[in-house]
Amino acid sequence: MTAMTLRPRRRLWVYLPMTLLAVFFLFPIVFMLAASLKSDHQIFADMDSLRAFAPVGEISFDNYTAVFDRVPFWRFLGNTIFVTFMVTALGLVVNSLCGYALARMRWKGRAVVFGFIIATLILPFDTTIVPMVYLVANLPWIAFEGVRPVLEIGWLNTYHVQIVPFVVNAFSIFLFAQYFKSLPKGLEEAAAMDGAGWLRTYWRIIVPLSKPVFATVTILTVVTSPATWNAYLWPLMTVQSEELRPVMVGVQYFFQLDTSWGEVMAYISMITIPMVAVFIAFQRAFIQSIASAGMKD
Amino acid sequence: MTIASTDRVAAETTAADRVPTPRRRRRGDFSRSEQRAGVAFAIPAIVLLLLFVIGPAVVSLAMSFTNARLVSPVAPEFVGLENFRRAFTEDPVFTRSVLNTFVFAALVVPLQGGLGLVLALLVNQKIAGRNLFRTIYFLPVITSMVVISLLWRFLYQADGLVDSALSMLTGGVWAGQAWLADPSTAMGAIVVMSVWQGVGFHMIIWLAGLQTIPDEVYEAAALDGTTPWERFRYITLPLLKPTFVFVLITITIAAMGLFIQVDIMTDGGPLNSTSSIVYQIVQKGFQQQQIGYGAALSLVFFCIVLALALLQRRLTRDKD
Repeated sequence: MTAMTLRPRRRLWVYLPMTLLAVFFLFPIVFMLAASLKSDHQIFADMDSLRAFAPVGEISFDNYTAVFDRVPFWRFLGNTIFVTFMVTALGLVVNSLCGYALARMRWKGRAVVFGFIIATLILPFDTTIVPMVYLVANLPWIAFEGVRPVLEIGWLNTYHVQIVPFVVNAFSIFLFAQYFKSLPKGLEEAAAMDGAGWLRTYWRIIVPLSKPVFATVTILTVVTSPATWNAYLWPLMTVQSEELRPVMVGVQYFFQLDTSWGEVMAYISMITIPMVAVFIAFQRAFIQSIASAGMKD
Repeated sequence: MTIASTDRVAAETTAADRVPTPRRRRRGDFSRSEQRAGVAFAIPAIVLLLLFVIGPAVVSLAMSFTNARLVSPVAPEFVGLENFRRAFTEDPVFTRSVLNTFVFAALVVPLQGGLGLVLALLVNQKIAGRNLFRTIYFLPVITSMVVISLLWRFLYQADGLVDSALSMLTGGVWAGQAWLADPSTAMGAIVVMSVWQGVGFHMIIWLAGLQTIPDEVYEAAALDGTTPWERFRYITLPLLKPTFVFVLITITIAAMGLFIQVDIMTDGGPLNSTSSIVYQIVQKGFQQQQIGYGAALSLVFFCIVLALALLQRRLTRDKD
């Protein structure tokens, strides 16, 4: 049945509930955007009418200017983008190689490693967060002063504390392994006939054939990892230095002294708009990624 | 190309980069190059998992039997089961938090799972504009929980937007309510917001499940004179079973980890009515630096999540 064949009455019953639900999902976001352009006084005055959702009255970008005065916004955003990029990119390499080894190579210990990775799937990150802080506070790291390597103890207040612990992801390995298993048999043999080694076979043949799963893991990492775009609790606990903090932790700055709700709305609008823009641009890929995560059981 | 020449080419590449000949492979024994390459490919992931997933879990287990503190000049002492005794007999805030977390999960799981299915059925209809509705329902998922929590904290204020909307809908009868400041409504308010944020994710999961059911099945059933309800009850629901299991387990685990909403909206209050297990773990283990006690609470939390996951798997397993 297409939209054209629906009779007016029936069309009403189809669209009315869907539209009411759409209002329910949209009203807070529309309010946020409208309020970000208003003074606190105006926000409260407009609260009991539909004016709350419209950019009416005294409209200005004052809140946005005030946000830049209060927090180093670009620094926070840059930190988030850098950490998100590193976690995602390193994760694609590490997790796909492991998934490939599990799915298409035969080696002793493979079954044990696979079982072990599946077992870690049920270990929620929240359950180990406190000992994690203790652990990273005592880990060594080799830093470079110019070209001279220097041994440092403790990862607190660094970029790598925000990146390295979150690179490996059991679910990503699982998704990669499932996908690689579905590729035709004999690819490696054909490549071996041409003299290609394992690494080259992986890079030249497997990776180009597996773009959908790379897209899926990228999107799931950015949207659901506790260390990427939404990182909050972990950097709150491990990063005190303002230069290294991500955008989500930045919300704290608005509740220290005088809380201006207009500024809060401007700040959260600024950190919401980029992600929504990315979502709209890659909508189909987003939806497919999440759908495929649910289909693997 | 002969086997010898393949081997020669392979010998020129690195050790981890070698491949067995087809003939060796067919015989079914592990070639040494495949063994070495397989281990080399898996090693980075294994090391990171050991260090950052298994490691902290083991440290947590060990610490839960000590009185370790995050920054302390005194070495931690072994205290046996003291932390667990304290958690269950002397820490009413923790037992309250366990209860709160169960209440939260018990409300969020059916609401989010059920509403997700309703949304999926709505946007699965072959009608114009369905992609637009899909996008709108999914939008909160893209918006960070930190942002959502701050936004709703404002909406839930006394005479805030939620009160104004209810007042408008009831023609002014609604008196107004400070949702997050009242112990009887605070948790409910967090539940509604959490469902609002997460339901789009599970709509997509349900939708993927719905789309695996071929149209022919429905057409055949329609020819047999079944009603739409019968088709939903006897075709759609049974075929969605695997999706149901996935949705149930993922929402439960996510709901048990309730934290950001509480941290940003209520700080566990009023009167501990919204304090959750993870909130207590962070409070005790990090804010108050009682890392041993925090680790014990983490272990309790882990056991609860594991037990729930296993229980759900068992209950939903096929009876064959």
